[in-house]
Amino acid sequence: MATHLPAFRCDQSLRELRTGLESVQDAVAAALAARGYDEGAMFAIRLAIEESLVNAFRHGNRGDPNKSVFFRADIDEIRAVFEVQDQGPGFDPRAIPDPTEDENLEIPSGRGVMLIKAYMTEVEFVKPGNVLRMRYAKPSAP
Amino acid sequence: MAAPSSHISVRKIDAVTRIDFTDRNILDELNIHQIGEELLKCVESEFRPKVVVVFGNVEHMSSAAYGTFMKFNERVKSRDGQMRLCEMRPRVHEGFVITKLTRLFSIHDTYDAAVESFK
Repeated sequence: MATHLPAFRCDQSLRELRTGLESVQDAVAAALAARGYDEGAMFAIRLAIEESLVNAFRHGNRGDPNKSVFFRADIDEIRAVFEVQDQGPGFDPRAIPDPTEDENLEIPSGRGVMLIKAYMTEVEFVKPGNVLRMRYAKPSAP
Repeated sequence: MAAPSSHISVRKIDAVTRIDFTDRNILDELNIHQIGEELLKCVESEFRPKVVVVFGNVEHMSSAAYGTFMKFNERVKSRDGQMRLCEMRPRVHEGFVITKLTRLFSIHDTYDAAVESFK
């Protein structure tokens, strides 16, 4: 009979981007590997976490060292759910110019959210826009 | 002769400047900024540079890096030069496809193919 690991859950307050990212990425990678996520899934999730935390620190908290970013994860054997919350005022995700439009193609920024949406199964910004929820479902999951 | 650098190695091969990344991950904003500075230095004294950026070592790249390559491409063009990218791993290449930056950059499978495209 197959044994099932309990869900991995974490709820962390991060004060600094790079050290926060390292600790989160290592813990999530270990949890995913233990629950049978393949290399493609690990790549997608790593990228989405990187982009979302960079956005939260840089754009959400606007680099304010007195503000934190809250990272939550809930990973079981069929899906991985993440929430990234900053302490900024939020934003309207519809206001991000589409970087693939001809007139925006040469703008050097603004592609992080697009990558997150491409790699994750579901992505939602919670009003006022300072909480990002994202879910990755294993391709074989119903 | 290889130029010493923390994030890239630069070689001049015939008329082509070959740039390889020494890092597997191009993620950290400070590193990306340093890479940008190093790239710009590569062509500062060149006229009509032919530059090939080799991604063979790169496993992960964040979206912040795209802007650096775009600025470098502009600098090369401003010197009447040409830039090619090559040897991307499938997942790194996928990022360029998703963001449609394949329309902005000339991307080739191999270094030789990139050099050949200058002719």
